Parts: sequence; C-alpha cells; structure tokens
Amino acid sequence: MLLGTPFHARTQPLNEAQVWRRWSGYLAAGAYELTHEREYWAIRNAAALIDVSPLLKYHVHGPDAARLLDRMVTRDVSRLGVGRVLYTPWCDTEGKVIDDGTITRLDAQRFRLTAAEPNYRWLSMNAVGLDVTVEDVSSQVASLALQGPKSRLILNACAADSLDGLAYFRVTHTRVGGVPVTISRTGYTGDLGYELWCDARDAVAVWDTLMTAGAAYGITPTGILALDIARVEAGLIMLDVDYTSAHVATIPEQKSSPFELNLGWAVDLKKAARFVGRKALAAEKTSGSAWQMVGLEIEWPNLERLFWEEGLPPRIPNTTVRASIPLSSLGRQVGYASSSCWSPLLKKYIALAHVEAAHAKPGDLLMFEIMVQHKHRYTPARVVPLPFFNPERKRE
Amino acid sequence: MSTKYDAIIIGAGHNGLTTAAYLARAGQRVLVLERRDVVGGSVVTESPWPGYRVDTLQHFGGLRPDIVRDLDLARFGLTTTRVGLTALQPGGGALELGSGGGARAQAIGAFNRTDAERWPAFTALMAKVAGFLNEVYAAPFPRVPQIDAAEAPALAQLGLKLRGLGKKDMIEAVRVLPMSMLELLDEWFESDLLRGALAARGVHGLMQGPMGAGTAFLFLHLWANNDSLFQTRVKGGAGALSEALAQAATGFGAELRLGAEVAQVKLSGDRAAGVVLANGEEITAQRVVSALDPRRTFLGLVGPDALDPEFVWATQNIKLRGCVAKVNLALDGLPTFTGVTDAGLRGALTLSPSLNDLERAYDAAKYGGLSERPYLEVSLPTLAEPGLAPDGKHLLSVHMQFAPYRGEQADWATRIEAIVVNALAQLAPDLPGRILHSQVLTPRDLETRFGLSEGNLYHGEMMLDQILFMRPLSGWAQHRTPIENLYLCGPGTHPGGGVSGASGRNAARQILKDQKA
Repeated sequence: MLLGTPFHARTQPLNEAQVWRRWSGYLAAGAYELTHEREYWAIRNAAALIDVSPLLKYHVHGPDAARLLDRMVTRDVSRLGVGRVLYTPWCDTEGKVIDDGTITRLDAQRFRLTAAEPNYRWLSMNAVGLDVTVEDVSSQVASLALQGPKSRLILNACAADSLDGLAYFRVTHTRVGGVPVTISRTGYTGDLGYELWCDARDAVAVWDTLMTAGAAYGITPTGILALDIARVEAGLIMLDVDYTSAHVATIPEQKSSPFELNLGWAVDLKKAARFVGRKALAAEKTSGSAWQMVGLEIEWPNLERLFWEEGLPPRIPNTTVRASIPLSSLGRQVGYASSSCWSPLLKKYIALAHVEAAHAKPGDLLMFEIMVQHKHRYTPARVVPLPFFNPERKRE
Repeated sequence: MSTKYDAIIIGAGHNGLTTAAYLARAGQRVLVLERRDVVGGSVVTESPWPGYRVDTLQHFGGLRPDIVRDLDLARFGLTTTRVGLTALQPGGGALELGSGGGARAQAIGAFNRTDAERWPAFTALMAKVAGFLNEVYAAPFPRVPQIDAAEAPALAQLGLKLRGLGKKDMIEAVRVLPMSMLELLDEWFESDLLRGALAARGVHGLMQGPMGAGTAFLFLHLWANNDSLFQTRVKGGAGALSEALAQAATGFGAELRLGAEVAQVKLSGDRAAGVVLANGEEITAQRVVSALDPRRTFLGLVGPDALDPEFVWATQNIKLRGCVAKVNLALDGLPTFTGVTDAGLRGALTLSPSLNDLERAYDAAKYGGLSERPYLEVSLPTLAEPGLAPDGKHLLSVHMQFAPYRGEQADWATRIEAIVVNALAQLAPDLPGRILHSQVLTPRDLETRFGLSEGNLYHGEMMLDQILFMRPLSGWAQHRTPIENLYLCGPGTHPGGGVSGASGRNAARQILKDQKA
C-alpha cells in the first residue's frame, strides 16, 4: 500500500478531488484544488507549499564521507564548504547518468544526499574500503518546498532566524514553530524558494506554522502537477521522464551522459578525486556527444493553422506531457521531446528535447509532432537556450 | 619510461616464483619481492623448534611435470615421491591405497568386494576427466562471453579436446563435474571408509560438505593437479620445492628480495608503474605481477579508488572462506597406529571414516563453529625422512577441517589442538603422551602469516562459480586486470588452487604473449 508522508494528516483533508499520484511509494497530491492552475500561479506570484518528503534522502557520515561522494559524483565535493549545497548527477562506469540530486554539507564529516531513486546499494558499492556510514533517512526526514517570490517573507515571519543572509544553494539551521529545521535555498521551480528539512515527527508543527505565517502572503498548498510545469520552465530534468537511469536502461541507447543532458557544467574532469565514469566522460568531452538536450519553443502560427483547418481552436496540453514526442528535420527523425507543456507565464508551448548534436544550435528549426483531430501532423519548433525562465530573484 | 625491471613479482610463493622463473628464462629483467624472510608462501619448511624441519602449512604437493622439466628443477634438488592414501578407521585398522593397481583393488576388496571390482573403471574414468581438465589448465582460459578473435581458436581447441574424450566420456565429464561427492560416489561405491577417503578430497580446503554441489569438481581438480588421486611428498620438506624454484628463477637472472613488503601498486594514470614498499621505497617496472590473492591485490595494493565500483564489489564478494587449521606436532617417538602398516603410515593419512562424518564435520562450520569430530589429513614425514627431526623424534603434520575463519574465537588454537589430539588418540592411544612441541595455526593465523585472505588456501574457493573463465572474476580471466600492466599469477586465477604452479606458468605465458602483441 502506498504510504502517507509525514504531512499526510494535513495534506489529506486539503486534497479536494482526492487524486493522488504515486511518488517513491508515497501518496503525493497531484493538485489540491480541482485544477492545478492557482497552485502554479502561487509558485510564480506568491508562495507554494509543496510536500517533497518522498525524495530519497541519505545521510553520509564519517571520516571518508567526502571521499565517498567525491568518488561517486561528477562534481568536486572536496571543495564544498560546510553549509553549502551542490546539485550533481552521478554516473556509471560508462559515464551514463544513474541519478541526480543535491549534496548538502551539514558539517565537515556529514552530508545529505537526495536522489530520485534508491541508491543505497550504489553508495555501498562505492564505499568499499572507506571509513564511512551511509544511512537511508528518507522516512525519518520530512521535507517541504516553499517556493515563490513571497517565500522569504513567510520564513522571516516564522523562523527563529532571518533568512535574508542565506544565499542561493546555502543551508542554515534554525527553528520553525519551535522545532529544529534545516533550511536550504534550493528548489525545483527555478524561482526564489527554499526547502525545509525536519524530523518527520515535527512535520505537522512545521506545516501549521508555515500555513499560519503564510496566510497573509497567499501561501498555497501545491501539488506536483503545478510543480511539473514550473520545473520545465526552469529547464530542470526529471529521472524516468527526461532520461532513463543507466541502472535501469535495457539497451545502451536508453542511457544518457551528463553532457547529453545539458549537465556538462556539472562534470569536473579536473577534480583531484578519481570518480566513476571519469575516463568515459573525458573521452566524450574530447570526441563530442552524440546527443544534446535543448529547449524547444513550438511556434504558434502554424499550430493555430493546423487546428483551424480542422475547424478547431488550438488544443494545448494543460499539464506537462511526460511522453516522448518525435522531432524531425527534412523528413528524418532527429530527436524527441521528453517533457512538454504550455507555460502559463511565458505564454509559450515549450519542451525539453533530446536532439542529435547537429540540430542543437539555438535557432535550429525542427518539426514537432502533434495530433490534430486524431491525425499526425508536424509543426515547426525552434531550439532555444535553457532555461526558459530564470528570474533574478532566484539568486538575489 | 626507463626502469630497471621488466616485471616486479609480488610474493615469492610457488606461483610467484614460477612466473619469475619463466619470465627470467625468456630474458626478462625480473624482481621478486617477498614480505617474509623466507621464500615459498604456504609451501614452506621452517624450524619452529631446534632440530626440526616442519612443513608449516602445505605438507604435500608437486609441480606440474612440464614445469619441473621446463625449469630443470631436478638440477636444483627437487625430488618428489608419490605417496599412497591411507584411510584411517577409528578404533584401529585402515584402508591402505598404497602401491600399484592390483594391490589397491585387493585392499579395497578386504572391505567390500563390489567396490574392488568397480575400482579400476572408476579410476580410469576419473583419470580421463582429470586429464581433460589438465589440458584445460595448460593455458589461460578464454574470456567468456567477451572472447575476442585471438581467443576464439583457444576456445575451439578446448571444444575439440572435450570431443576428443569420445562421445560417451565427454557426456560423462560434463555430467560429473558439477556433481556432489555424494552423488558421484553413490554411483560407484558402498564402503564407508572408501567413500569417506575419496569424498575428503572433494572438500579439502573448501567450505563445503561432500553433499554440496561441485565438490566432485574439486576432487577432479586436485586429481588433475597431481595427475593422480595420490599426492606427492617433496624430499627435504615441502619448502624444498620453493627453494628449487627460487634457485631456478635466480639462476635465470631474476633478483629476489626477502623482507620486502609491498604496500601499494604504484599507478601512473590507469597503468601500473611499479610498487611502493612498506618502508616507503619506490621501485618502478614495466609490469607488476601479483601472486597475492585478488582481494588483497585489488582492495589492498591497488585500492578501490582506482577501480570501478562493480569490479570492487565483485572482488569483495569473491568467496574466500578459509576453513582449514594447521597443527604441527613434534613427537618423542613414533606413535602406535593400531592396525596400520608402516607403508600405510608413509602415505597421506585421512581421517574421514564416512561421507556422513565429513558432512557432519561441515555442519558445525555452517554456523561458524568448530568441528568436534573433524576431518584430518595427516602426514608423518619423518618415517620416510628421519633427518627432518632429531634422532628418534618424529613430526606429525595435520590439516584440520573445519575451522571456519568467520567463526573464529580467541580460544580456538587451544580447542583445535585438543580436538585434533583427541581424534588422533582414538587411532594411536599413545600419541598424546608423546607430544614434545605443538604449533597451531588457525585460519586467522594463516591470514597473518601467509597473507591468505580469510585463511583460504586457494586464494578463492574452488567452487563452480569461481572457476574457469569466472576465476578470478568473469570477464577478467587471462591474468589481466582493469589496471593496465598489472597481472595476477596466483591461484586466485584459472586454473586455481593446489600446489601445481599452473597459474604462475600460465601468467608468464600471457605476459610474454601480450608483450609481443
């Protein structure tokens, strides 16, 4: 049976349609209201409160904790200071991505790693010969994302310490509602936002405090449908949607390297530690990648015309489509979109897409498949830089 | 890179020395580094007590005859004698499989007529299957399933050799190899004593009872090593074999350094470039060849950092569950083994009165305990060679099974000695009173003294999932490793454990071949 998260006592009564999605064995609200639209706007205009407790969380501690993570991930953990967070993918020996997540240095010898899928065995395999302990704390640690332009004001209204000094990708320890909470300035929306980490037993107290303090700022419990749009706008990929874990793929073609996922910036070939996949990644960096992840904007005039010819107004999916959509160039398929949605903020039909490297330049034109009145049609889409949306307040 | 050595061999056990000798013979500049002050690894004869020359661990074993010939070891004083197999019966008496075929059948006949009639056919079939294994052991095993073009002919040749057994025996060979000793012996023999003696060979040094699948493989493997059911004794003690090898190697120009413990394989990028000694000294070489077991080599000397996690994980999971304790006794005179002839006592003595007794001895070990009624393999070397002990004194050397490494307690040395002496007293009641000195080596002691991980004699258990192309790990047969220029030459590689030198010789061949390529 799917489990309720530590916030279930609060989220369950709020879920108007009682529509739940499954996320790592937990119940996660798709939307609390009957449509997700107001929740989406809360992310961009007010503050959205999102239960992200189903994330996999590991505590890695001991004298060799940094060595273990440095051996495993593509970024340089040795240079991560206490109180800082980094986002990183990690790869198999062939340099193909297994998963991605954040690493928080809680103190010199203690880290928290988040992941989309279980990674305990992989951590153990990498820990051979090291003096380090890995604990799966997924069910002990509750997590909430508070995302949106008003999020800082809300936290300042209810946390024991001001969040004004907390820079992007930093973490601080304070109290909210009288209980200890770790707050990181991170999120999955590409907006100003925070993630709160607390003991699962304190979850309800933290939720209640935030909801009370946030009422004046339009705090809105938000489900994952709205989140899924925000993360596409932010150009953030999702495991099992935008890529297949190298540990799950059945054929090599299903795997992606970090370079192919637009994560080349997160591959530190110069770091001191040998890390899994280094050799393959160095080779790929030299020889070039076969694929590239790009942003796409589906152009409006032709789309409108195709529907018009059938006597219909344009029909655009109102949630993120997590399905593969073929892309072609001169009649040959050269890629596929893995996540696509209508961006209510940008007023654009956008997609995250995998394309052959030759078609990845901003401005390149590709043909995007759509269904118009049960007929396959192709319509032009333009390659654009990622992310689609990157407000200054995210980092300010 | 210019260095003084073409190859550094880590460990002067019989395989390391064999590799060194073959490489030096081919004109390579070779340096052998040995942690201890004596060569031989587990094939060593030492003097724990003045006037005694004791086979500290291995007390039987010869090398493959072709290695003895190739390296001209006779010139360096290597003399071996085939010894019989004597199955001791508690309460007195023995089945003495001592000399010649006819006499053996007769000895068996005294216990069971049917068994005696079947004996010649059994040995003929076993010799044939072991002979096939011996062919397989003559060269590195092709990597299955990733064989490349260069290896395909070798695999085809193995196929041809298997076909060469003839259709009937080919099927017999394939059928028998994965069997348990129980299943194999059920098809042939009835006598408990004979079944116990044969089954013991199938579990020797193995954390497995004779009812376990694959024990017939070890039986045939050891048969292949010895080219016989019967083992050999080295004149001057087992260590004389290692000394002959060391002399041959140095004679061919290899350098040998004792008391030189390697702490680390030095890497340059992803290649082995030499070694770092425990005292900090660095020595460079074109190639590094480790005679240590794969776990010690990769996790100890190379370190997990330089290896893929899957490889590290697999290396850590190599089964190395040592289960043999060694007991050496100095005796004030020859004990009286009731009903055993002098000729019988000169053989390999086995105390494994029935197959069930062996399985029960293993039962305790399954749960980490010592066998109270253990399987013993005993040697009385001073009968044939009185010079190994002072006048009138004798040595008795015992492999005691099972003493599982993972269950070892602080008092095991004392308990093992008591168990062994008690078991021997059932056969030779005057033995306890004759003990002058004793030495007990538990599996942990074997690990400390000889560097055998978990005290495993074979550098990796000889089980069905750890043999042929899966030895040391599937995908890494052929003595090569994920670290370029680092090779393995110990019994943790195909063909595996026992004193034969095959792994060492095959490694040398592979290295020379790779160099030409």
